[in-house]
Amino acid sequence: MHLTHPHDDHHGPAAVGADARRPDGTRRALRIGLGGPVGSGKTATVAALCATLRDTLSLAVVTNDIYTREDAEFLLRHAVLPPERIQAVETGACPHTAIRDDISANLEAVEDLEDAVGPLDLVLVESGGDNLTATFSKGLVDAQIFVIDVAGGDDIPRKGGPGVTTADLLVVNKTDLAPHVGSDLARMERDAKEQRGDLPVLLTSLKEAGGVDPVAAWVRAQLAAWNT
Amino acid sequence: MTSLATTTAPAAPRPAPAGGRPGPRPAAGRAALLVLADGRFPAGGHAHSGGMEAAVAAGRVRDAAGLAAFCRGRLHTAGLTAAGLAAAAAHGHDPAVLDAAADARTPSPALRTAARRLGRQLLRAARAAWPAPELDALAAAFPRGAHQPVVLGTTARAAGLGPEDAAHCAVYEAVSGPATAAVRLLGLDPFQASAVLARLAPELDEVAARAAAAARQGPEALPAASAPLLDITAEDHASWPVRLFAS
Repeated sequence: MHLTHPHDDHHGPAAVGADARRPDGTRRALRIGLGGPVGSGKTATVAALCATLRDTLSLAVVTNDIYTREDAEFLLRHAVLPPERIQAVETGACPHTAIRDDISANLEAVEDLEDAVGPLDLVLVESGGDNLTATFSKGLVDAQIFVIDVAGGDDIPRKGGPGVTTADLLVVNKTDLAPHVGSDLARMERDAKEQRGDLPVLLTSLKEAGGVDPVAAWVRAQLAAWNT
Repeated sequence: MTSLATTTAPAAPRPAPAGGRPGPRPAAGRAALLVLADGRFPAGGHAHSGGMEAAVAAGRVRDAAGLAAFCRGRLHTAGLTAAGLAAAAAHGHDPAVLDAAADARTPSPALRTAARRLGRQLLRAARAAWPAPELDALAAAFPRGAHQPVVLGTTARAAGLGPEDAAHCAVYEAVSGPATAAVRLLGLDPFQASAVLARLAPELDEVAARAAAAARQGPEALPAASAPLLDITAEDHASWPVRLFAS
């Protein structure tokens, strides 16, 4: 099932930014960005989301590897999507630039995917593992998920920063490791809620069966809102 | 009595001197030129090293002196050629003819791909910044991207800039990209890198003027200088499995 549907009230020139319509007038796919520090589980989240959603949605993924095609290759190796639905963008040693300050290469990748394998319902844009200040431009994505993990230190939610504070969804991953690394889950959740007001926080262990389900449910809700 | 804070009304436009020749242009469009030439203009350049990544890996550039030599070489070869194409496009010559001329001047398939990708990315930013029918037509004629210098010249035109301005943008990009990449790749002192560019400035002016002069004579007079080593290393670089820059 494809949730995209044609509209014939728009025949303008090709989109130059975050235009909600494609050049042919159809509504484009929802774009969700996934950011967060190296090793927190961004690629694993993307893989799990693809495996959970691919049977009901038309999906594609753009990766922003820092210096290799490793994230793209991880997704290919785990066969979460056919290769023509995965595109890697090269970021010139500055992954945050490619998702925030100069989004042109990422926009191109998203649009090429829609042209090649569309119509698409959802494009996941994964940032290169960066620091806590990396956020996506609103010109590139419609919503963003920030992924941190309990092993990176339970003070990260308290420290805040644009990703933790403003992302549309904060995922605290690897909850299964909390007892082993001495992280206080309750404190992380409390700190995160204090930083984020009404924005949602999900504590997950992606490795466990069904671990990604709450994240997938959030994505479906975003998609439902996008298509109404 | 004079005051430093003058509040007089702006002067009326200067009439053209007798004889019909326009006088020296009083910095018209200078601010638009700064917007276009700004390294933060979102046109995709940050992911490209202009051959610097390959040069650093081969040990040909290790320090500020090496950066200066590399930039000078690129300026007088690929930079001159790009500036001629950009100036010709800013004159309003047929972009399809100029794009074919750019193809003929770019023997490396990897560099042709990079130039078209950068052209497509620049065009996206240009259409948002200076909407113009010529830019829309260029996008329609080259959905996969025209060569970047051709798009640059057409953009300059849409921004109200002249061929010399377009040539200046092209020569500056020819050296500023590698300089930024060298800072990232070598941990080079950023003050030294900027000093290299500042010292090259008079040469940038000369090359831009040469390119603009050639463009005045038409597409068939455009420079065709090339740097074989840049072409060869670009092909090799495109095959690396691990790299920081797209070219």
